Amino acid sequence: MIKQLHFYGGIHPVEDKVAQSVPIVEPPILETYMVPLQQHIGAPAKAVVAKGDQVKRGQLLGEAQGFVSAPVHAPTSGVIREVTTCLGPSGAQVPALLLASDGEDAPADPMPAIDWHQASPGDLRQRISAAGIVGKGGAAFPTVVKLSPPPNKKIDTLILNGVECEPCLTADHRLMLERAADIVTGAQITARILGAKKIIIGIENNKPDAIEVMRQAGADYGIEVCSLRVRYPQGAEKQLIYAVTGRKVPSGGLPADIGCLVQNVGTAAAIADAVCLGKPLYERVTTVTGTPLVSPGNWRFRVGTTYSEAIKLAGGVKEDPIKIISGGPMMGMAVYSLDIPIIKSTSGILLLSKDELTQFAVRPCIRCGRCNDSCPMGMMPGILSVQIENQRYELAEKWHVMDCIECGCCAYTCPASRPLVQHLRRAKAEVQAARRAAKAKAEK
Amino acid sequence: MSENTIRLPDTSKLVISSSPHLHEDDSVRRIMFMVILALLPACIAGAWFFGPRALWVLLVCVASCVACEILCTRLMGREVHVSDGSAALTGLLLGMNLPVTTPTWICVIGSAIAIVLGKMIYGGLGYNPFNPALVGRVALLLAFPTVMTTWIAPMTRRLEWAGVNSVTQATPLGVSELTAGTLPFSYWDLFWGRTGGCIGETCVPALLLGGIFLIALNIIRWHVPVFYLATVAIITGVTHWLAPAQCAPPLYHLLSGGLMLGAFFMATDMVTTPLSRKGAVVFAVGCGVLTSVIRIWGSYPEGVSFSILIMNSLTPLIDRWTAGKPFGTPRRAPREVKP
Amino acid sequence: MTTVILLTVTGLVSGLAIGIVVKFYGTTPNPLEEKLLELVPGANCGGCGFAGCEGYAKAMAEGSAKPGACPLMNDAVVQEICALLGVESEARKPMVAIVCCSGDDDHAQRMAFYNGVNDCQNAMLVAGGGKGCVYGCLGLGSCARACPYGAIEIRPNHIAVVHPELCVGCGKCVLACPRRLIKLTPKSAPVHVFCSSPERGALKRKFCSAACIGCRKCVKEAGEDQVSMNGALAAINYDNPPDAGVAAACPTGALRTTAVMESTRG
Repeated sequence: MIKQLHFYGGIHPVEDKVAQSVPIVEPPILETYMVPLQQHIGAPAKAVVAKGDQVKRGQLLGEAQGFVSAPVHAPTSGVIREVTTCLGPSGAQVPALLLASDGEDAPADPMPAIDWHQASPGDLRQRISAAGIVGKGGAAFPTVVKLSPPPNKKIDTLILNGVECEPCLTADHRLMLERAADIVTGAQITARILGAKKIIIGIENNKPDAIEVMRQAGADYGIEVCSLRVRYPQGAEKQLIYAVTGRKVPSGGLPADIGCLVQNVGTAAAIADAVCLGKPLYERVTTVTGTPLVSPGNWRFRVGTTYSEAIKLAGGVKEDPIKIISGGPMMGMAVYSLDIPIIKSTSGILLLSKDELTQFAVRPCIRCGRCNDSCPMGMMPGILSVQIENQRYELAEKWHVMDCIECGCCAYTCPASRPLVQHLRRAKAEVQAARRAAKAKAEK
Repeated sequence: MSENTIRLPDTSKLVISSSPHLHEDDSVRRIMFMVILALLPACIAGAWFFGPRALWVLLVCVASCVACEILCTRLMGREVHVSDGSAALTGLLLGMNLPVTTPTWICVIGSAIAIVLGKMIYGGLGYNPFNPALVGRVALLLAFPTVMTTWIAPMTRRLEWAGVNSVTQATPLGVSELTAGTLPFSYWDLFWGRTGGCIGETCVPALLLGGIFLIALNIIRWHVPVFYLATVAIITGVTHWLAPAQCAPPLYHLLSGGLMLGAFFMATDMVTTPLSRKGAVVFAVGCGVLTSVIRIWGSYPEGVSFSILIMNSLTPLIDRWTAGKPFGTPRRAPREVKP
Repeated sequence: MTTVILLTVTGLVSGLAIGIVVKFYGTTPNPLEEKLLELVPGANCGGCGFAGCEGYAKAMAEGSAKPGACPLMNDAVVQEICALLGVESEARKPMVAIVCCSGDDDHAQRMAFYNGVNDCQNAMLVAGGGKGCVYGCLGLGSCARACPYGAIEIRPNHIAVVHPELCVGCGKCVLACPRRLIKLTPKSAPVHVFCSSPERGALKRKFCSAACIGCRKCVKEAGEDQVSMNGALAAINYDNPPDAGVAAACPTGALRTTAVMESTRG
């Protein structure tokens, strides 16, 4: 079934998918890998190896701490040179292991292959947890937690996110073209775990080749492909579910509340690898792109590859970039150090040249309403930003600031160049802190 | 490739900021400039009908507004941002709302009131609750009623400086109050602007051209002029049907007075009108109702300025009412399930 | 004439009505609370831990708060309140806030240019603010805006400096700083360590020439019981502080007497 679907609001930035025709390249083994123990939302993994230990590729380096956590595995074989910390994309130091590779890339014994047609959902969940699989769409939420909804919430529809609405990023596009079969297998495994009867893949219609490939790959298994109109943020969970099924995720709720679950195509492929090949998650496809780069493209980097090494592989730069972004241009994080390692959720490394730089200004809101027109959640970022500037966080809470998905459509359209997303993120942090404080007070 | 041939970026010259790292190619200055551009046809029409003094009035108003804003921002100790064009736009709109015979010193006073009392005391651009040009105009109307209600007939003495030799003429709305039953101007006269009136409000095609230009560029919302004009048309249509001798027909109302200017350029002012589309519709309908009421039953012949100012005062309330619920909020709160 | 009578009657009736309402529904004022309300300073800074001075006066009248929690009151007023409440007065140490960082633009390295909201807490959301030292002052003014007394100056080279003569020690700035750089210290202490980074000295030196490098010269000069080392960071013992002369021993100027860094040092 091919449908052209849509949602309210959103923007249409220039797509700039320069790297979409570049096939995924397997980079050579590097000398060192700085493997963070925190590559996911939740508690960091606890190191189970020490300085001087020999490790093989895929070996467990850190075990999950608690339910909302994930294990970390070695990207290659070698020796643990140091147990240290490294800079993460958010600017905070995270615990990490410096792995010096021996060049052999010798694999550890893989976990036994599972026949997923026969296996129980519990066994499959355990394998996903052991393989350290996290959401590869950018959020890095431990997948096993997502695939364990409360018993009263039945999932009937699994939606695969092949939308890749962010400009410039092409990793998921190439993955769909090159690993369609694995993505389909991963989707079926996920559906088996959840008991979902329907699987739909959502792809924006600027990727007609991917639509065709996935349609053919999924045809034998009753998997539908939904062709979606190009609009940012079509790939956002709530908007995707609405466009594909017509259901709305309740405000403050989760997709499981309406019987849906969204999964990135990269996560699906990783699940197939973990179950069928016994391979843990230690690499991912990342788009390295931007005007200052000599040769943008898509690489299957091992975790722990630093951004400087990734840029070197892309041929280096022909002009000094002014901004380096981890992720896409709409929701990615600007970084200032190239020693940051690629982790399981790094979908892209984007370089911006001086001509492409846009700056925020300290100017008043002129109440033009473009932010409200483009907000996919139907909020009023302009009014909220004035409230937040005056530190009226309780007022912002009343005006629904907690529904913000931080997509960036508002700041994109703001003619006064106000840093709206920064204001909204600050308000969300303050409201959450206030809620926690109120909860703690009530429990006393 | 060897290490030496690959240059890595000099990280100390990087910029970091919050997402998004892309931006639409638009700015406040561009918006203001486009609105000024859209107003030029009507200004030229005003000069055509009322003589070159019209351009002088417009120039004085623009210059005074800009000067007042610069003075005020300096006194407030803030950065001067008059280049964003908002003061110039206020001056232009104010000038277009004045009769061509307005003395220069009154133009300056009006501009000062518009900028200082209409904008700067609230904190500058973005913080004012009332449309500054209308604040200036209404202040002048109340302080200098004779000057502000003396209009000259168009096309008379066009090449001379409008003054003593011009023939005064009442505006279409002023006239219809006096001679009940017959309409002194034909619809074509009203449409082209061959009537008395303020500098920028008479020539309908010039105003429509500018208004449609702005709607096409997505700078103003089409909802406001459409709903404003429709509401006036409906209400005046009903009153004309009920009392044809006392009330002018709807087309007459639509084409006369400052309605076209107000609907396209004053009621669409971003700062003083509601943020959302729904709110803009409520605002426009409210303006339409008030304009019709003032015109038909009020003692002022023209109601556009007052109706827009009154609706401006209701804008924060309209915003709150039309804030809407975010995506995914149920229409009605779910019933509490009793255990 | 009727007007006069009418107005007089209206006035009398209204007055009577108000009197009756006050008699039956009015609250009897607590004379102790009234007295205390006169004595509290009325700045509503929150330094006592209550929302405002009225809250503090009420709490003291009820007996749930001690006099002396208000940093603004001088000793004479505290004595008066103690006499009113019939409690013993406790010795108070006046405190001032200090910003424990010397890393202004002249001494500390900025790794990138930050573009966004001019507020430290907001800047922390953007790659931590872009300063080389992740423990250092961002200089965007969250503390200055939080101070009810205007005692904090943000200097043009992006460092926050507390003016001790204006600071009353209410502690609002301590909560406002996202890096927890500001500490309340006794007003009488002559020297402070204006650095907060627990990193190794060599690493600190890479990002800031005014950092405490952990050389221990201050400890040698003043003795372990006055200045001790907390890892690679010197810490003053405020119960037994060293005297001002120890500042001469510090090679980077992190340990010094005044908040403002001399530009000739480091």
